[in-house]
Amino acid sequence: MKIIEWLEELWSYRELFYFLVWRDIIVRYKQTVLGATWVVIQPFGSMIVFTVLFGELAKMPSDGVPYAVFSFAALVPWSYFASSIGRSGNSLVGNAHLITKVYFPRIALVASSTLSGLLDYGISFLVLLGLMHYFGIQLGWKILLWPLLTIVLVLLSFGVGLILSSLNVKYRDIGHTIPFAMQLWFFATPIIYPTSIIPENYRGLASLNPMWAIIDGFRFAILPSRQADWQQLSISLAFTLLLLVIGLIYFRNTERDFADIL
Amino acid sequence: MHDAIVVKDLSKKFQIGKYRSQNMLREALVNMVRNIVRKRRANENIIWALKEVSMSVQKGEIVGIIGRNGAGKSTLLKVLSKIIYPTSGSIAVQGKIGSLLEVGTGFHDELSGLENVYLNGSILGMTKKEINSKLDEIIAFADVERFIDTPIKHYSSGMRLRLGFAVAAHLDTDILLVDEILSVGDVGFQRRCTDKISNLRDGGRTIIYVSHQMASVENLCSRVIWIDEGRIREDGSTKEVIKHYMATFAGVPEKGFDLREVKNRIGNGWIKYTGIELLNMERRPTDVIQSGDSLVVRLYYHAEKQVNNNITFSILFYTDLGLLLTSVDSLFSGHEISMLPEGDGYVEVEINSLYLMPSRYYLSLWLDNAGGIIYDCLERIIKLDVEESDFYGSGFGIAKKHGLMFMPYKWNLDGLNKKPG
Repeated sequence: MKIIEWLEELWSYRELFYFLVWRDIIVRYKQTVLGATWVVIQPFGSMIVFTVLFGELAKMPSDGVPYAVFSFAALVPWSYFASSIGRSGNSLVGNAHLITKVYFPRIALVASSTLSGLLDYGISFLVLLGLMHYFGIQLGWKILLWPLLTIVLVLLSFGVGLILSSLNVKYRDIGHTIPFAMQLWFFATPIIYPTSIIPENYRGLASLNPMWAIIDGFRFAILPSRQADWQQLSISLAFTLLLLVIGLIYFRNTERDFADIL
Repeated sequence: MHDAIVVKDLSKKFQIGKYRSQNMLREALVNMVRNIVRKRRANENIIWALKEVSMSVQKGEIVGIIGRNGAGKSTLLKVLSKIIYPTSGSIAVQGKIGSLLEVGTGFHDELSGLENVYLNGSILGMTKKEINSKLDEIIAFADVERFIDTPIKHYSSGMRLRLGFAVAAHLDTDILLVDEILSVGDVGFQRRCTDKISNLRDGGRTIIYVSHQMASVENLCSRVIWIDEGRIREDGSTKEVIKHYMATFAGVPEKGFDLREVKNRIGNGWIKYTGIELLNMERRPTDVIQSGDSLVVRLYYHAEKQVNNNITFSILFYTDLGLLLTSVDSLFSGHEISMLPEGDGYVEVEINSLYLMPSRYYLSLWLDNAGGIIYDCLERIIKLDVEESDFYGSGFGIAKKHGLMFMPYKWNLDGLNKKPG
């Protein structure tokens, strides 16, 4: 199918896409007693643990702001990223009953899993603003970067989700590997530590991790004292787009076999 | 005429077992190394679910697709729905396709009935506007008004089914692909469903309908395609194709009817059953019969010696759950056989009309005398499949859930709207 036809088809299924996002959100919030608060408790809880462990006990440097704000500013986007990947990675296998019974563009499942996390993300962001207010940190013009970085974050999640979800159809052990891989990725990303503690000559290695510059960028966007690493950020952006293109191509090439395998 | 669907040389290949064995990445890696070392055998476990199928369906036609399990009917429907991709061949479609392979696809337990209507509807391809405009109708059709805001995990299976069908029945695409979903629900509900499909037909919709129930195919379709082992075996008028299809059920291997070698029997063996044959209306051997058809059972025996006693031949009918339904007995029907000479012979019993519900039955054979001597007894030695039929000629099949048996009857409706007396 030509790209134009494909886009036209996607457009004609936009309402299904909307309903899938809606379903993901409603079901997630209905299934837990705490509902929406659960979304905040998770990163907030991690933040408190990290603040005590790394901020208070290990005296980890935190770019001149309270460690709580420092870590939460990174945890908000990271939580979105990790939960998106977890959800979208299993979105095809988890919706096998749909894929084998009715036709619709399969990519809608991955896309809706990626987008349905944005509500949680928005709520967490509000909590972050509250936390900053509590610690008396002023927002500057740099906050305008936040939505732009969010777009990059969503695109990266989508790209990685596309690759993992289609791999997961073929190789079911991928699904079990995702949580472990995300844990490693967590430590390879400056969330609990500042980029400054990594020696100069290892920084090049960090460019291999697209999340590195994105998370660091989020910190730059809200923390007044930080400088941005534009070079790393552009490498990261290029990396994100590359992953997205690879993901789309791989997904398009494998999607016709999904129903056969599932 | 305008063709709604044109299918050319459609084939679909499945590799059984291949994906199973490589479902894990680590295994795939191991296999990759292994395959470099020794060359892999090609064509391993390949199944052609469809082989060079060509057909066309005209606008407004209702075409039935029949065939045995695994013949490729569902695969054909799935390929037409774009759920799976053909290995080769082409499909040209004019208009929007909607497929109903399952009732309530995508229903989520946690969501309310109303929420599920929207979700299920959009999964089937309806727009929000469309659902909005048909919402009242859908809820009324499903008969769940009072529970529409209750999560469907609290629904009974019947309610779920009705809700699922209600949404499906309001899917209004140019072409509908329907897989056997009419067979759900109670009679009243089935009637509404058949009416709905008839309405769609009259509204010029093109429908492809897959079913095992010959009664509904016969009632709904003007044309039937019979698929056998992935190929089109016959494509023609409904009655003809169904007749030919049913005929293939006859003729079970003769060995199945040979009772001489059966070890599991009781009795003194003076007389023994040596064979049994089930014959259909045309006196051809069969082990499948339609509800209401006649059945002839022919019993072959061998007498070791002359037996001088009231000899009774009987056949007992059991349900698939082992309940004794009825007996066909030579003595009770007035045939006193006081002497049987040594040697072979056979008896036949003709059952005019088999008032049994579609199901599987088992037959036991007895040879005894009134005094309690058992010559031979074979418990549940042969199976008999009774298939659904449109006995009353109404378009409604007779289904097992309506009871164990049925009766011929006539309603008199002359008194409708008339005062008694």
